[in-house]
Amino acid sequence: MLLVEHFPVIIVGLSMFLAYTMLLAGYINRRLPFFMSLAMNCFFLFLSIFILDHVLTVGPIRYWQGGWRPPWGIEYVVDAMNAYLLIIVISIVILGLIYSKRNVEFEIEERKHVTFYTLIQLMAAGLYGITVTGDLFNMFIWLEIASLTAYALIAVAGGRALRPAYNYVIMGSIGACLYIFGVCWLYSVTGTLNMGDMRLLLPLVYDNKAVQMGFAMIVVGVMIKAYIFPLHLWQPDVYTYAPSTVSSLMASVHVKVMFYILIRLFYSVFTLDFIRHYIGLDLLICWLAAIAMLAGSIWAIKQRNLRRMLAYSSVSQMGYILLGVGLSPLSPWGLVGAAAHILNHAVSKGCLFMCAGAILQQEGLRDIRDFVGLGKKMPYVCAAFTIAALSMIGIPFTAGFTSKVFLILASLDAAQSPFVAVLLISGLLNLVYFWRVIDQMYFAGHGGTDNPAEAAPRVTSGAAKGGRPIPLSMTAPILVLASLCIILGVLWLTDIPLPLIDHILSNLRMEATI
Amino acid sequence: MIDMMTPLFAISCPAVAAALILLSRRHPNIREAWTIAASIAMFLLVLSMAPLIIRGETVRCILFQSMFKGIYIGFKVDAFGEIFAITASSLWVLVSFYSIGYMRTLKEHAQTRYFFAFCFAIMGAVGVALSANLITLFIFFEVITVSTYPLVIHEQSPEALRAGHKYLAYLMPAGTFLLLATMVTYYLAGTTDFTPGGIRALASASPMIIVGLFLAFLLGFMKAAWMPFHSWLPTAMIAPSPVSALLHAVAVVKAGVFGIVRMVGYVFGMDLMQQVGLWLVLACIAGFTMIVGSFFAITQDNLKRRLAYSTISQLSYIILGAALLTRDSIQGAMMHIPFHGYMKITLFLCAGAILVATGKTKVSEMAGIGKSMPVTMLAFSVAAIGMAGIPPVCGFVSKLLLAKGAWAAGSYYGMVFLAVILISSLLDVIYFFPIILTAFFKSPAGTADENGNAGDGGREEIKEAPLLVVAPLAVTALFSLAFFFDQNIFYIYDLARMAISDLFGGG
Repeated sequence: MLLVEHFPVIIVGLSMFLAYTMLLAGYINRRLPFFMSLAMNCFFLFLSIFILDHVLTVGPIRYWQGGWRPPWGIEYVVDAMNAYLLIIVISIVILGLIYSKRNVEFEIEERKHVTFYTLIQLMAAGLYGITVTGDLFNMFIWLEIASLTAYALIAVAGGRALRPAYNYVIMGSIGACLYIFGVCWLYSVTGTLNMGDMRLLLPLVYDNKAVQMGFAMIVVGVMIKAYIFPLHLWQPDVYTYAPSTVSSLMASVHVKVMFYILIRLFYSVFTLDFIRHYIGLDLLICWLAAIAMLAGSIWAIKQRNLRRMLAYSSVSQMGYILLGVGLSPLSPWGLVGAAAHILNHAVSKGCLFMCAGAILQQEGLRDIRDFVGLGKKMPYVCAAFTIAALSMIGIPFTAGFTSKVFLILASLDAAQSPFVAVLLISGLLNLVYFWRVIDQMYFAGHGGTDNPAEAAPRVTSGAAKGGRPIPLSMTAPILVLASLCIILGVLWLTDIPLPLIDHILSNLRMEATI
Repeated sequence: MIDMMTPLFAISCPAVAAALILLSRRHPNIREAWTIAASIAMFLLVLSMAPLIIRGETVRCILFQSMFKGIYIGFKVDAFGEIFAITASSLWVLVSFYSIGYMRTLKEHAQTRYFFAFCFAIMGAVGVALSANLITLFIFFEVITVSTYPLVIHEQSPEALRAGHKYLAYLMPAGTFLLLATMVTYYLAGTTDFTPGGIRALASASPMIIVGLFLAFLLGFMKAAWMPFHSWLPTAMIAPSPVSALLHAVAVVKAGVFGIVRMVGYVFGMDLMQQVGLWLVLACIAGFTMIVGSFFAITQDNLKRRLAYSTISQLSYIILGAALLTRDSIQGAMMHIPFHGYMKITLFLCAGAILVATGKTKVSEMAGIGKSMPVTMLAFSVAAIGMAGIPPVCGFVSKLLLAKGAWAAGSYYGMVFLAVILISSLLDVIYFFPIILTAFFKSPAGTADENGNAGDGGREEIKEAPLLVVAPLAVTALFSLAFFFDQNIFYIYDLARMAISDLFGGG
């Protein structure tokens, strides 16, 4: 066994171990947990790059825990899809940690710092675990770790965050229950929990109602956690009132991992054949996605609180990924679009939430209408916000443009032209609510303001709270993410990611290639 | 086909300049020097490709292969693209000088942002001109849209913001349609490369799809301000004059008509346009816009708005030329791009100069202004005469070609559109000549009386705008004259001939 093949389990195991060590170390020195977490996650990033390289050059990694053979033991399987996701998750967690250093000092009282970092690290461990595991029940364990820590992390902010956290506990638990029930149904029919094994056994019983029921329950359970439109009700409050770091981590990676579960379920547990011919779910999912895209945007337009607007924007953007997943049985471009948007949205939305946090910290502003002249006061943050917003709108040379193009191509390829229209309209709706913010930041209120009487007093009351320039440790991750928006926007257009895409498609056993 | 990096260098001139402008924002003189340097460098780079192209070569510059099979992102400079690139880049040089004079005299705010955005807008326009395929073209189209927004709302008053929102409300959906059209073309044909005579694989698609695609393209090229999707252009005239001049007479709107000519000649091809009957649709839209645009122009009192409607009407000459599908008409259309560019920019620069010198924006206030601003108004008259297609100004040349093309199209339709061209030219006379007459021959008695010091108003005192403002507009007016006598300045004539022989074959 090669050394690289141990890396996935090292990452997950060490993350868990580290979380508890951090808790102990926190008693010695409050500042220690942050540095431990940062150092170890950088180390994990280093390892995960080797994993990706190994997967692309040698092939998928299959690791048997404790040497137990798969149907009995827990197997970790890493192919191109999760190696790719693992790098994204770890990188964003690192950036989030750097950002959190000073942001947490501002937002959370000091006695909670140690537990905050412990919880962040535990959540990261959960996300890493979901990403690398090849076992349905093991995935549930990691899912619960990631979710329970998320509930706690939201509640850390206290005050108004408590109720959303409670809502999320209820909804998240229902989702988890549905997931575990679904897994039970599948287990009762096949007698196995290993994904690869299940994939071999299931085709014989695709007609079985228990299998179909199990599939449906898992899908709905995951959809609650991924806040697909009608199931999104818990999400806007959570994103609005959670600590900035947590919102940004949840919006950028937590929810992406939920989509990863969905993709795994579709391709590594079930087959396209099942989805298309036995339950005909693909188009239903596409329509759900289309509704989510439009409804999310429309609700976002109505918002005045920046973070709530971003939250609804996320609802809409999850529609993009879901559309990609839904179209993937019909066209390989769908999966490319979903995979690309997982990364692109993680980068752009992560950046936007961090900007929102920075604006709150320096100027004390939440309401978009108060952002007049912000471009002068916080030039870097506003520039980053603009770039990330353009990426969400889908202007060329930004990341969002490429995923939009992939998805349009997928819809054309699948002969589902309504979704082309939905994608294009959704882009325009994004324009409406993001441009409003850009306008306020840079262009509004010179000479004759729109409504000076209304704007003036609010600004002063806000400025009283903040005013101290945000530190470099917060600006840097924001700028890194903003520049990534542009770098990815060019990179996805080139043919450089093609090998990765080919591996993802072939590892997920898609028949067609692009 | 030669592979060269020149197009990339040309495009990167403004991008580099934009970065440098941002860095030297505290030193206005250095900041402006970058603009001048970049504009001259870009013009020379663009011009340096012309001799190669006239020899029948195509300059290609592949930036990278894209994710999509058979598509690269990059530049391919053919004769037609070169014409537009030369137009945009040569005018940028002059407008750069003008901008400096204009912005400094009026002590405008946010000048760094202005020059920064201007660079990107020009980059977009030249990028559109040089791009090799629809995807690249689309990318630069969006660059234009986004980068011109800060210029349109430069004043930042609520009115300017509303104009900006209108601007986006038209052009962003247009971009969406263009993206749709691009993707559908790629899906149908497997390529989006501009091919003289059309992409062959498109011909096998069903007529319904072709019509749909055509409509998507047409809406996508809303930048051409064809009616009824034109009203963003007059509204955008709230921008500073240099912006209206270069962007809304040349770069932005010409990018739109450039796209339409590209679509007709290089995506669908003349045969397909003829077969499906799309040429008639396009020609009708163009004819309608030419006439109605002129009527709108007559009613405007604000000089810049009048010019904007004149632009709308003139742009449709180009669209009409492309739609008629004859050798002469398309050549006329291609040559009208630089010629109209030079004439219209002169007019806008004059409007700006009048604003700088006197603060007047309305035609009715301009009585006697020809005496106090002789150079400006002389330049204005030259350009206005050219607009109406009267020799010896270059507008005559392109309009003659267009008329010949309409004649050659034969049948009724040809005659109808010939009539449209003539009527529209007549209308040009109707809305331009009163301005000249008012400026030169009407004495500003009314204003003098109001002020109570008739002597001051009546005296023929020369009160021109600063040199940096007047010189560029004099130069463009001279060029408008020179183009009449030698159409081959900047290789325009040869390039147009070359483009026609690319499209139709033969010499």
